[in-house]
Amino acid sequence: MEERYYQKEIETMPYEQIRALQSEKLVKQVQHVWDNCPPYRKLMEEKGVTPADIKGIDDLHKLPFITKDTLRETYPYSMLAVPLSECVRIQSTSGTTGKRVIAYYTQNDVNLWEECCARAIVAAGGTKEDVVQVCYGYGLFTGGPGLNGGSHLVGSLTLPMSSGNTERQIQFMMDLKSTILCCTPSYAAYIGESLKEQGYKPEDNSLKAGIFGAEPWTEEMRHDIEASLGIKAYDIYGLTETSGPGVSFECSEQKGMHINEDHFVAEIIDPETGEVLPEGSKGELVFTSLDKEAFPLLRYRTRDICVLSRKPCSCGRTHVRMSKPMGRSDDMMIIRGVNVFPSQIEAVLLNEGYAPNYQIVVDRSKNNDTFDVYVELSPEQFTDTVSGITAREKALAGAIRTMLGIGPIVHLVAPKTIARSEGKAVRVIDKRKLHD
Amino acid sequence: MSIKQLTVFVENRQGALVQITDLLAANHVDMRALSIADTQDFGILRLIVNDNDEALRVLQSGGFLVQATDVIAVKISDTPGKLSSALHALNVHGINVEYLYAFITRTARHAYVVLRVTDNDAASAVLEEAGFHMVSEEDIKKL
Repeated sequence: MEERYYQKEIETMPYEQIRALQSEKLVKQVQHVWDNCPPYRKLMEEKGVTPADIKGIDDLHKLPFITKDTLRETYPYSMLAVPLSECVRIQSTSGTTGKRVIAYYTQNDVNLWEECCARAIVAAGGTKEDVVQVCYGYGLFTGGPGLNGGSHLVGSLTLPMSSGNTERQIQFMMDLKSTILCCTPSYAAYIGESLKEQGYKPEDNSLKAGIFGAEPWTEEMRHDIEASLGIKAYDIYGLTETSGPGVSFECSEQKGMHINEDHFVAEIIDPETGEVLPEGSKGELVFTSLDKEAFPLLRYRTRDICVLSRKPCSCGRTHVRMSKPMGRSDDMMIIRGVNVFPSQIEAVLLNEGYAPNYQIVVDRSKNNDTFDVYVELSPEQFTDTVSGITAREKALAGAIRTMLGIGPIVHLVAPKTIARSEGKAVRVIDKRKLHD
Repeated sequence: MSIKQLTVFVENRQGALVQITDLLAANHVDMRALSIADTQDFGILRLIVNDNDEALRVLQSGGFLVQATDVIAVKISDTPGKLSSALHALNVHGINVEYLYAFITRTARHAYVVLRVTDNDAASAVLEEAGFHMVSEEDIKKL
């Protein structure tokens, strides 16, 4: 099959030209934040850097890093660099009230984001003849809106299904003959199993490809999904902070995701020292945006551990490829596509009157994440009836669901029974095999 | 009239229950009655003992989650239909029973029923009105 591109000239641009383009855009992006975003300017001043020091991409390392904390500290207006009247949209990460990160978009920011998603859809074989079923969540989560916009640009018929209601997903999939499925890989696996349970064979559906992201998945899971749905499964990557999905995406080669380098510069750093590591090293992925107006990001630490590769790709795309994230440099977990920090669970416990003695156990059963939270009961919370205790468990699970958007099974346990190693409680047990 | 029941949270693991009975035995606490409610994850052990303070102390210092709960106990003659008539009396007055358990003793031809209800005082009054004898802490000690 002949390789197709959404924007061939940019996607296959020789590396030297990409670098020149990046240099030119970086100078402008730095000047933009210096002029229009006081928190950025302060960070740069603290590091003794001015826009005059940034003459091109080789000077990128001089800029200060920013982290999720930097963004949270400036809640609710994040690192807004245009007047609010210029913004047309927000999206947001899940998170504690006051701690979530709100991403702002001008119309141009939305356009460029959707363009990135369109590139991913075309790389997965999408054309205007396709029927794209988007079952990522719509709303504050970037998954649904991003792929929806990309699909519009490609000209495909877009089914804005949002997540959940598997019966209805399958009905639309079969009746409207969806050809491309966009969702989390675990939901794709679940749909595959549901189809099988209903007696469908992989060849009974019209799907040819799937674009799956928002959570880590293995090659093994890819094979399972490809076999159960009869499709080719493509990975897509992104963060709310950078815009959303589409920062990078897989091509037919399926060996790493091409980063849209005309919009983002990627670096790999040593998470301990912050030192930039050479190509091919494993380290923390850092992104710098080049075109963002409302919410620019300079050297944003993603906490994802990756490897970058500039080896030529058979698809013809010249943009650098990133590996699937191999882990995190912080304690964030991705459960059913939702970012979860243990500190969020802890905040709910304290808020609900529990001592922060807990353990999170995450596992994967039939390609779906299981999420259990064990919490030690205190004497004040103990009651003499089973219904009293199960009501407490349900209430706590509900409070966690309100915070995270996903609900765990809560187990109240006896005091001092949660495993402690070297006196320190083990907060997270992740039994999933997420990385190859 | 209410009596104290000790309620103990029991982990669902092998040996959890025997740890509790060992502790009580070692400290010469005599059990009058017991019942256990179990779920997949945990159990709730309910005990009527001869010495509440001592039992509470030894279980707490043994690291158990234990609570003294006010329950009522009623003495009924050990004949068919008597429990039913007691429950009818409560039902008629809209008193809900959360749980109950019963025991008989060697000496008297009576059964004792421990009840956890929504309102101890109301339930006691209803049962006494219906001709039942409510059991006191003193009665328990003498059994």
